[in-house]
Amino acid sequence: MSLLTLDNVTLRFGGLTAVDALSFSVEPGEVFAIVGPNGAGKSTVFNLISRFYDPASGSIRLENDDLLAHESSDIANLGIARTFQNIELFEHATVLQNLLVGRHRHRRSTMLSELFFLPSVRRAEIENREKVEEIIDFLDLQPHRDKMIAGLPYGVRKVVEVARALATGPRLLLLDEPASGLSVEETSDMRWWIEDIRRQMGITVLMVEHDMGLVSGVSDRVLAMADGARLALGTPEEVQSHPAVIEAYLGRAS
Amino acid sequence: MRIVFKTSYLQDIRPWKDGYQLSLYLILLACALAAPLLLDDFYLGELTNVLIWAIAGMGLMVLTGHTGQASLGHAAFLAIGCYANIILLEQGLPFLLAFPLAGLITGVLGVIIAIPALRMHGIYLAIATLALSVLMDDIIVLSEPLTGGVAGKFAPPVRVFGIEIDRWGTPRAFYWLVLAVVVIVTLGYINLLRAPLGRSFIAVRDSEVSAQAMGVHIARTKVMSFFLSCAVTGLAGALMGLFAGAFNNETFSVVISILLLMMIVIGGLGSIHGAFFGAIVIGFLPQFLSISKEWVGALIGGNTVAIPGLETGVFGLILIFFVLFEPMGIYGRWLKIRTWFELFPFYRRDMFKRQKSYLKTERLR
Ligand SMILES: Nc1ncnc2c1ncn2[C@@H]1O[C@H](COP(=O)(O)OP(=O)(O)OP(=O)(O)O)[C@@H](O)[C@H]1O
Ligand SMILES: [Mg+2]
Repeated sequence: MSLLTLDNVTLRFGGLTAVDALSFSVEPGEVFAIVGPNGAGKSTVFNLISRFYDPASGSIRLENDDLLAHESSDIANLGIARTFQNIELFEHATVLQNLLVGRHRHRRSTMLSELFFLPSVRRAEIENREKVEEIIDFLDLQPHRDKMIAGLPYGVRKVVEVARALATGPRLLLLDEPASGLSVEETSDMRWWIEDIRRQMGITVLMVEHDMGLVSGVSDRVLAMADGARLALGTPEEVQSHPAVIEAYLGRAS
Repeated sequence: MRIVFKTSYLQDIRPWKDGYQLSLYLILLACALAAPLLLDDFYLGELTNVLIWAIAGMGLMVLTGHTGQASLGHAAFLAIGCYANIILLEQGLPFLLAFPLAGLITGVLGVIIAIPALRMHGIYLAIATLALSVLMDDIIVLSEPLTGGVAGKFAPPVRVFGIEIDRWGTPRAFYWLVLAVVVIVTLGYINLLRAPLGRSFIAVRDSEVSAQAMGVHIARTKVMSFFLSCAVTGLAGALMGLFAGAFNNETFSVVISILLLMMIVIGGLGSIHGAFFGAIVIGFLPQFLSISKEWVGALIGGNTVAIPGLETGVFGLILIFFVLFEPMGIYGRWLKIRTWFELFPFYRRDMFKRQKSYLKTERLR
């Protein structure tokens, strides 16, 4: 069964159809990329999955679970984590605190027990730290562990966002332009991390990316979209050589 | 230079960095406990006042400093706590029951008031809460049978474990009572900040969208924050009532709301220290001003003149100064000085300079 299925999803902003009868599905264990010119509706698809917007029609399912029946703060609980195109970190908190917020969905304690920091809270906090520390090691964030986000360079922030998403312990990871604004070396690091996230952690990845080198390097399948609708779907090579895709990109460029 | 070594997770979880820091705070606590033996009644009263303001500051800090919800209405919650405490005492409840109940009642009322305000942000929330503070005056006057209206109420002496505690009669005991509340509230606050709930407050403050994407329920989290904030403010209000001895509808005016907010901004938003630093400024400023007025009076050879609104004016100036030059408040300045000593001689001037902040759109793109 597909992990994530979008079926005929449409979303309008006033007169603008940002997502137009879009259907695709993501299989467990794959890296699935969405490409398309600016304003194609890629981030809007992510925001639909995050339940920030209600689609006008269509359905979104995680396996058999209807996502539209959940509110956005439930989505992390279902095992979907995401990053944002315009980095949305908790600016005035440390890297460690940011990742610990990622563990929020595992919270079992009540307000009262936390105010007294009962042994059960302490145990849970130690466990949270163990999990977070693994991710810090995995993404080489040790040097930045106790620094405030507000003082970090852009490239590190991008990685912290991925780390925070991983801290939730997701089955499906949504990455919105993980390599945008990164240097060549940072991009190649990101590429190996995405591979490892899939291989070692067994997490399915759905990503939006403009860098075709990265897309063809890591993804199994690619969806090309323009004006909210699907242009082509297939392997990276198939999509890159698809006439409609070439036209969409050239059409925009001219 | 002082380096803190990390060897276990517990080190991150416990509230102090190392033994050195822990001993500093223990010494501070010992000094606070010994203060009644060192100070005369007048200064002890001033110190008590500062501590009560610090409790109120912590109350507002939870909501504004850590959850990012500006409130210009917290004097209303001081009033609710104050009246609830006295009314319960008048009903014959022992103080040890009436006092926490007053906090609880204020917290619950805070939540009820917060629910319609949940969708408001920034300046809108500030205005709505300001309106609440203005309304409170009328509410107190209108519910005269309960509150005594314009005539107000008098605080009876209270008994704790059989010891009579009264602001004038036994100022030392009253100071220790307030100190105990300060310690309990501070410890609870520290625990909150190292637990998931406190982190979710910070998450809501810094980015609602990503907090939501991490599974934080925004409305529920804000409600919790309102509850804790109002409850603690209610406790402070109850102590303020006992400290003042007498109060009426004008005691907890809008000016108090504004002072409270200014206080935590000056102290440093988003830190427990900030509540204390702010309380020290607000508590000692009148003293400082009257002393310096005498000084100036003696210098120019005239009598000391009463300048109406001087206090609030100076306070406002201090606030503007901080917003312009030290947005992180006194606590921010303190951190810099401390870091300078700890890193000596390696401190760099731009260590605390913020990186250019990146564009955020409201549109989630
Ligand atoms: N909240 C919103 N309100 C109104 N219009 C919106 C909103 N969010 C997105 N749009 C519009 O929807 C369209 C799709 O936007 P979207 O952000 O999904 O594009 P994108 O494919 O992610 O582009 P980019 O590559 O620039 O990130 C754009 O025309 C955009 O202006
Ligand atoms: Mg986008």
